[in-house]
Amino acid sequence: MEAFTTHTGRAVPLRRSNVDTDQIIPAHWLKKVTRDGFEDGLFEAWRKDPEFVLNRPEYAGATVLVAGPDFGTGSSREHAVWALQNFGFKAVISSRFADIFRGNSLKNGLLTVVLEQPVVDALWKITESDPTAEVSVDLEQRQVRAASPDGATLTADFELDENARWRLLNGLDDISLTLQNEAEIAAYEAARPSFKPRTITA
Amino acid sequence: MGRTLAEKVWDDHVVRRAEGEPDLLFIDLHLLHEVTSPQAFDGLRMSDRKVRRLDLTIATEDHNTPTLDIDKPIADPVSRVQLETLRKNCADFGVRLHPLGDVEQGVVHVVGPQLGLTQPGTTVVCGDSHTSTHGAFGALAFGIGTSQVEHVLATQTLPLARPKTMAITVEGELPADVTAKDLILAIIARIGTGGGQGYILEYRGSAIEKLSMEARMTICNMSIEAGARAGMIAPDATTFDYLKGRDHAPEGADWDAAVAYWRTLRTDDDAVFDAEVFIEAAELAPFVTWGTNPGQGAPLSSHVPDPASYEDASERHAAEKALEYMGLTAGQALRDIRVDTVFVGSCTNGRIEDLRSAASLLDGRKVADGVRMLVVPGSVRVALQAVAEGLDKVFTAAGAEWRHAGCSMCLGMNPDQLAPGERSASTSNRNFEGRQGKGGRTHLVSPQVAAATAVLGHLASPADLSDTDAGARTPAGAR
Ligand code: SF4
Repeated sequence: MEAFTTHTGRAVPLRRSNVDTDQIIPAHWLKKVTRDGFEDGLFEAWRKDPEFVLNRPEYAGATVLVAGPDFGTGSSREHAVWALQNFGFKAVISSRFADIFRGNSLKNGLLTVVLEQPVVDALWKITESDPTAEVSVDLEQRQVRAASPDGATLTADFELDENARWRLLNGLDDISLTLQNEAEIAAYEAARPSFKPRTITA
Repeated sequence: MGRTLAEKVWDDHVVRRAEGEPDLLFIDLHLLHEVTSPQAFDGLRMSDRKVRRLDLTIATEDHNTPTLDIDKPIADPVSRVQLETLRKNCADFGVRLHPLGDVEQGVVHVVGPQLGLTQPGTTVVCGDSHTSTHGAFGALAFGIGTSQVEHVLATQTLPLARPKTMAITVEGELPADVTAKDLILAIIARIGTGGGQGYILEYRGSAIEKLSMEARMTICNMSIEAGARAGMIAPDATTFDYLKGRDHAPEGADWDAAVAYWRTLRTDDDAVFDAEVFIEAAELAPFVTWGTNPGQGAPLSSHVPDPASYEDASERHAAEKALEYMGLTAGQALRDIRVDTVFVGSCTNGRIEDLRSAASLLDGRKVADGVRMLVVPGSVRVALQAVAEGLDKVFTAAGAEWRHAGCSMCLGMNPDQLAPGERSASTSNRNFEGRQGKGGRTHLVSPQVAAATAVLGHLASPADLSDTDAGARTPAGAR
């Protein structure tokens, strides 16, 4: 996993709530057996509309997505995260994320930032009135910063649990970390009751 | 202080706990299917790792499988590659697999319980959000992403932060024709699609205790639609009876030891939930969705709501968009909505009791002209049982299509899909835009409402059916 420290880029305001994973990446894309090549499937249905915000030339190349509440609800498909990353997004901001989506995103190094809805509203205003406005997502400071066109700046702190932050900052692979606890896993296995189910019986 | 059911099961699986770190939880059962596993197996190969516990891992094929002509090669080349990839991965790594054509094949969440692999007090994971289904047994069961699938394959554990707990207490008697599906749809409409977020739900109370195992699975299945990763029901005699004698249920002294442990899996009287919701069973009615998320539902006897009636701006906007997508107008009676297709199946309502209750309504009746009805058993075992009971004959005599087991029209990944603009009454769990096929419009319903709707051609409950066009109407089997 790539380490995430601070990212600065232009942002896309996605004024929609309850964006479920079927909208992020429709089911037929899930037939692929690789982790890349999902960018064309991102928001596929909406992108047929030339007016859809991601299609507007002024937002081309943006790397931060600012979405409405309950982003990523629905299925557990990690493809939703890969699609956002394949498209070029580094961070997603919302006032509320679905749990599984959030877990998946942090595992893949896509930073999901939770900010209060009024702050999200303010970010929407800034990025709508000036699509070139830059938004910084600073994981070290746990802070989002943006400059509004009238010169005012927005600064908002966000929370992220220390462990997840540490893994992201260092780009650490979860499996290697867990395997450092081999002795504890083996001890737990040895103590499991014999009535626990097995899929393969000897 | 006492502990909740979820906390007990959680604590019993902690391999390692350290300040400031997520708990490392042991996973008792890992279910795999073709969609979310290929990249995980690839990851194992790249880092030269094995599957740690083949005896706690099992795979089946469900999402991509066709429900017709299953002996022919799969027509869609991409689906075929995904299934072939699963077969190769299971062969390479030694994972037990039930492929298309096997007698144990079926939707992953139907297969685990029917094999007796899903047991009280276990941790169950699968790269699929409806893993919450298994919580009906008092298991801690939740969907995981592909990175986590790889993590469990390699380590049989998962680092997880402990969620909060929410009690959903349902007291009293469910009225006639009100099923587990209506109950869970009503719960989601009440707490919202984000209401359960960050919580493990525990369904409890006298109305829940009276439910069959299959009805409990229907409820827990849709916990994810309320935003919760897991839903649980304390195991009791109903649970033990269901498990006894199943392929992988414990036997002899192990059975006794298991039951003794399972009996401890109840929320202590002095335990405190982080949130509580109370529902009066007697107030419920058959429930259908009118919108494009499972929280946008209402009693069948009511009307399509007016978006203007929502105070919250984002809810209002969501309702406006939903009505536009669904092709509905505010104020329209839900019963006036005509459907093109009726789907009975999925891991929500594709078990034998669901088929029995739909069949009991279709017996001696006909599917309305112009309506296509698909009945898709959740697994091959369910199909065999239905055939043994003659249910397949009831369905085909009524003009419905009897299909092979799989996810089918629950999601648009296999050939069973809605055409753009087509409208369905579906016993599945998601009414998202395009879920059942591009442009398709979905109304989530119970198997009973599905059957009544098929006969009348518009959303309807069993009470709307007249007795003249039918054989004896047997009371709804699944509750
Ligand atoms: S039946 Fe539907 S919800 Fe269940 S596993 Fe299959 S696709 Fe998912």
